[in-house]
Amino acid sequence: MSVTAKTKADAAGIGGGIGADRLLHMYRQMVAIRLFEERVNDLYTRALMPGLAHLYIGEEAIAVGVCEALTRQDYITSTHRGHGHCLAKGASPDRMFAELLGKEAGYCKGKGGSMHIADPETGNLGANAIVGGSAGIATGAAFSSKYLKTGHVAVCFFGEGALGQGLLYEELNLAQLWKLPVIFVCENNGYNEYTHFSESTAGDVSARADAFGMANETLDGQNVREVYTVASNYIERARKGDGPAFLQCKTYRYHGHHVGDISRAYYRPKAEEQEWVTQRDPITLHGEWLMANGVVDRAALDFVQETLIKEMDAAVEFAVGSPYPDPDKVDQDIYA
Amino acid sequence: MPETATAVREITFGEAIKEAIAEEMRRDPKVVLMGEDVAEAGTTFGVLKGLVDEFGKDRIIDTPISEAGFTGIGVGAAMTGLRPIVDIMFGDFLTIIMDQVANQAAKIHYMSGGHWRVPLVIRATMGATRRSAAQHSQSLHAWPSHIPGLKVVVPSTPYDAKGLFKSAIRDDNPVVIFEHKISYKKVKGPVPEEEYVIPLGVADVKRTGRDLTIIALSSMVQVALGAAKMLEEVGISAEVVDPRTTWPLDEKTLIESVKKTSRCIVMDEGYARYGVAAELAAVVAQGAFYNLDAPVSRLCAMHVPIPFSPSLEDVTVPNERQVVDLALKLCGRS
Repeated sequence: MSVTAKTKADAAGIGGGIGADRLLHMYRQMVAIRLFEERVNDLYTRALMPGLAHLYIGEEAIAVGVCEALTRQDYITSTHRGHGHCLAKGASPDRMFAELLGKEAGYCKGKGGSMHIADPETGNLGANAIVGGSAGIATGAAFSSKYLKTGHVAVCFFGEGALGQGLLYEELNLAQLWKLPVIFVCENNGYNEYTHFSESTAGDVSARADAFGMANETLDGQNVREVYTVASNYIERARKGDGPAFLQCKTYRYHGHHVGDISRAYYRPKAEEQEWVTQRDPITLHGEWLMANGVVDRAALDFVQETLIKEMDAAVEFAVGSPYPDPDKVDQDIYA
Repeated sequence: MPETATAVREITFGEAIKEAIAEEMRRDPKVVLMGEDVAEAGTTFGVLKGLVDEFGKDRIIDTPISEAGFTGIGVGAAMTGLRPIVDIMFGDFLTIIMDQVANQAAKIHYMSGGHWRVPLVIRATMGATRRSAAQHSQSLHAWPSHIPGLKVVVPSTPYDAKGLFKSAIRDDNPVVIFEHKISYKKVKGPVPEEEYVIPLGVADVKRTGRDLTIIALSSMVQVALGAAKMLEEVGISAEVVDPRTTWPLDEKTLIESVKKTSRCIVMDEGYARYGVAAELAAVVAQGAFYNLDAPVSRLCAMHVPIPFSPSLEDVTVPNERQVVDLALKLCGRS
């Protein structure tokens, strides 16, 4: 139960108020993330990518729906599963791939990698490899916005695994107490690494926000129009000075916790995976909706995909061909 | 300490810190301070009393008892245009904020390839003998000193505290300042009315000498100076050097002093084991090795949780007598 009037999300009717350009752009962005992540999977399994790869495939509608409602100057913080957030906020795939491969041309000059992509140009305060660790940073950015009267909103993306971390609750309290323009977006993909969230999470997720008197809503994270519409309302509400919100987006991680997590049967059934992939895929669902509502036809969607495939392949080529940073740079950028 | 023709006024360590914060807040509207009971109460120690009257509650901000929470806000606010000062009432609570300090604030500049900056000041207290027992008495300045990306200030005099604090606020990096809580009212010293700053990373020779260098930080500087006087009476000339910051560290001044005197005691109210004194001792042992006439020695807090009972607590902190005894031994006089 929310403490404020909810935007009643109607899966069938929602999207009617969204312009055709934006509807198509959201499709494009989701496909871009999907194609990006498929290439990450490929690079990783070909041993071209060092470290760890946590794929966002299946959850695209959340990053896209939320970021579509933000301005370029608005802030986000992201997670270890953060490629989708960075791309949705406007990062370029070529510099993203370069960072993932540890190249000098990457967003962080190869010093951050997959779990730490950050970019002041797009308001990306950084992906964070400490679960729940960015809640303070996002709330602090919202604090600055309020203090400096910039009108910027901060979004803190986190997985349901962060619900076990204390810092998150301190920030919920502070954000609500000080009416800060921050939106906490809980991407509930059902699994804390290899453990179903019901085994790690007592009580109701939205009740946590209720306890702080924070506006909140639980939504279908596979429906990009619903995510966009609901997020827009709360983002504009925050921008006006009416305080933070907590959005729980129900979603699913198609792949493992990381690329190497292949044998998953011991913690989740194959049938469950198949059901989400075949019945609840955010890209398929949105594409079908666009066609059914006469926004675009199949050819237009295919064109989007083909164009993006070329772009992504070129981005991979750029990254693979880019040089590694000179070892002499290892001790640069420690201090400003 | 610059020589001036006219007598310089004397203020306490606590007053010096308050002046530093007030001056920087007047100078830069982006400086804000937040912590528990910092506004009307002016902190538990009363050090900031009156600041809220001048700057208002929007800039001197009372927080819930939520150290990790408001430190995290400090990190994010520092990245996005403010220069926050986060007030951690007791340095012992560094344990609670350590993820924000070590994993977030310290690493963001590097992890982002130099794109984001974190101009954050974390002020914390240190020091025993207030009968506050094991969770309110520790000197944990070694912890942040261990992490690349942080700067750490450990001032001993009002003059240093003010000048270093002002530099910390202007610094574009996260800086942790440890204020010795006994010093707030007890330590008084000359502080000029005119504006000045002291750069981070410059040691100060508090007393010159020939036979022995005592490297000391924070509260231990006063102990070292007291011991140096006693040693003078027995014909041993001790030099007292205060690094003032553990990072950046003015290795050159420390090494030059020990090269000159050939003997060194490193004093610290933190623990010796894997501590600040261990690092300083290693720096001078390596840098002045061929000039040494005695092993570089440490004199630090006893390796015990700080006890409550006065009779127990008092023996955990190094005193002048111990310095003198050790100095006599190193000089072959015991």
